[in-house]
Amino acid sequence: MNSIAGAISHPGPLRAFSSFLYRRSTFYLLLLLVPPLLWLGTVYLGTLFALLTQSIYSIDDFTAQIVRTPTLATYKQLLTQPANLDIVLRTLSMSISVTLAAAAIAFPIANYMVRYASARTKAAFYVAILVPMWVSYLVKVYAWRQILAKEGILSWFFNVIGAQGVLEAILQLPGIGGPSLASSYIGMFIVFVYMWLPYMILPIAAALERVPASLMQASADLGARPGTTFRTVIFPLAMPGLAAGSVFTFSLTLGDYIIPSIVGAPGYFIGMMVYQQQGTAGNIPLAAAFSVVPIVLIALYLMFVKRLGAFDAL
Amino acid sequence: MTAAVEFREVARTFGMVRAVDGVSLSIEPGEFFAMLGPSGSGKTTCLRLIAGFDLPDAGHVLLDGQDVSDVPPYERSVNTVFQDYALFPHMSVVENVAYGPRVRKVASAERNTRAREMLELVKLSGFEDRRPAQLSGGQKQRVALARALINQPKVLLLDEPLGALDLKLREEMQIELRNLQRRLGITFVYVTHDQGEALSMSDRVAVFNHGRIEQMATARELYMKPRTPFVARFVGGANVAEGDVAEKLCGTRRSFAVRTENIHVLPVTDGSPAGAITAEGTVLDVQYHGATSRWQVRLDLGETFSATRNASESSHLPSAPGARVRLAWPRDSMVALEGP
Repeated sequence: MNSIAGAISHPGPLRAFSSFLYRRSTFYLLLLLVPPLLWLGTVYLGTLFALLTQSIYSIDDFTAQIVRTPTLATYKQLLTQPANLDIVLRTLSMSISVTLAAAAIAFPIANYMVRYASARTKAAFYVAILVPMWVSYLVKVYAWRQILAKEGILSWFFNVIGAQGVLEAILQLPGIGGPSLASSYIGMFIVFVYMWLPYMILPIAAALERVPASLMQASADLGARPGTTFRTVIFPLAMPGLAAGSVFTFSLTLGDYIIPSIVGAPGYFIGMMVYQQQGTAGNIPLAAAFSVVPIVLIALYLMFVKRLGAFDAL
Repeated sequence: MTAAVEFREVARTFGMVRAVDGVSLSIEPGEFFAMLGPSGSGKTTCLRLIAGFDLPDAGHVLLDGQDVSDVPPYERSVNTVFQDYALFPHMSVVENVAYGPRVRKVASAERNTRAREMLELVKLSGFEDRRPAQLSGGQKQRVALARALINQPKVLLLDEPLGALDLKLREEMQIELRNLQRRLGITFVYVTHDQGEALSMSDRVAVFNHGRIEQMATARELYMKPRTPFVARFVGGANVAEGDVAEKLCGTRRSFAVRTENIHVLPVTDGSPAGAITAEGTVLDVQYHGATSRWQVRLDLGETFSATRNASESSHLPSAPGARVRLAWPRDSMVALEGP
């Protein structure tokens, strides 16, 4: 029995269809690609386009009806009213601070995990980073409100070590202080950093994993002290990961509205504004215009990090 | 004269494994010194101990007479060509080569001039602005070499530098490296598992096995007078008879080696030549190598011996697997070996 010829000449409609697909590879490709592309095109890009369209409409102040003629009036309202500008600046400074703090905490952790920890310790680190991400977001935020509260565990701890003066001094800092950590921008900042830290550690660790140890040895071999090796080899090669992580922390902070409404000072953030404008206020165009702000800021941010050479090592 | 590199009873243990087990050696300035051995024999660990990437658990490492046993790599006057080249992917070729002077705070104009000279030395002018990813394996190799030489090290360490190249390129680079070493007069310490490479390039070779040096000698001496069964087999590809087999063949249990070209293959019907040791066996395989043929013969005594014969001589012998032949070799072609 000639089994090879047998397999080739095996008849049947499935076989014929398979041969047809094999000969028409373009058709085969389209068959596989069209459904996901339709999903991406309509659900993602379509809604984004709808959002942008909403933002160039305006609202009639008397009738509260949306006027469907293209205008930049909503954007003008957004950019000229000091209260709105304050919200944008407040959110932006929070996002930048959170990103910088997360990067400063994440880099040493990622570097230690990848470069120095044993296989077992490394696995423990990954568990410690990932498991908190599986816990409900709201549970974590409310837990933090308890931790930061006036009678909470943190102020208790400051009392125990006799440093309540330090806490009070921090809370009296102009602009970012408040009656308690739970109702100050510092508290909000702490919660944001806690929430988004894993999104910073993981991409940095992934970038560092790809740097072979021999590069560090080569650098030392050529006369570079550890600090120089860090500056000239490790850091530039980790930049793509740092950039990816910072896009996460930056955009997640820009868009979040739950943390600012549960923890922290009363000042509005972009996310809260979007929530309020499209809900109770019913001003969809202004909500859409506010939603465009993070998109523009992230685009600007990406251009900025690209200029810094963050993607050169890709 | 002070040795360029000296090991005094150096040991390095990883967990339960004694990677380097009491190694002493001395490498002269300007010498081309090879460390040869199978993987896991300790040769690469020795190289890392010279570079400073690893520190010895016991013993002393000396460079130019100075004890550097716990001096970090960036304070040693040696440079390394890495097996995977270890070029910085985010820097251009010229930036890679100029890295050494750069971290030593040499002014930008001067280090670029020197880097260009180095690239000329390794025949890679015109590639200054490329990225490592845009280079072939052989070109990366040359960049790695230029980068390691720019600091004018007293000792250049090469860790299986030609391992990833194809045969023709490897042979070209062997000659080039040898010429470069003669011209610059730098001590080369060359780690390889390829005995042909070690023998053809080096002034002296240290043969490593299980963390120890089995023999340290010139290529000719290693080939002609191997001291241990391991060296005879690994370096010369020689036939080794030990214990019972040696006793049955020559009446003494002392191990001996016979190189394959000294073994004659005869039909069993022929008589034994005078003054020769003979043994009958069964042909396992005959490999055709052009001018020569390589015979693998399973001796009735249990050992498998190889013989290298002229192809023409082989053609009228029974060469099918399973054929009976007699092997014969002159008594004076045998090399007595140490130990079991």
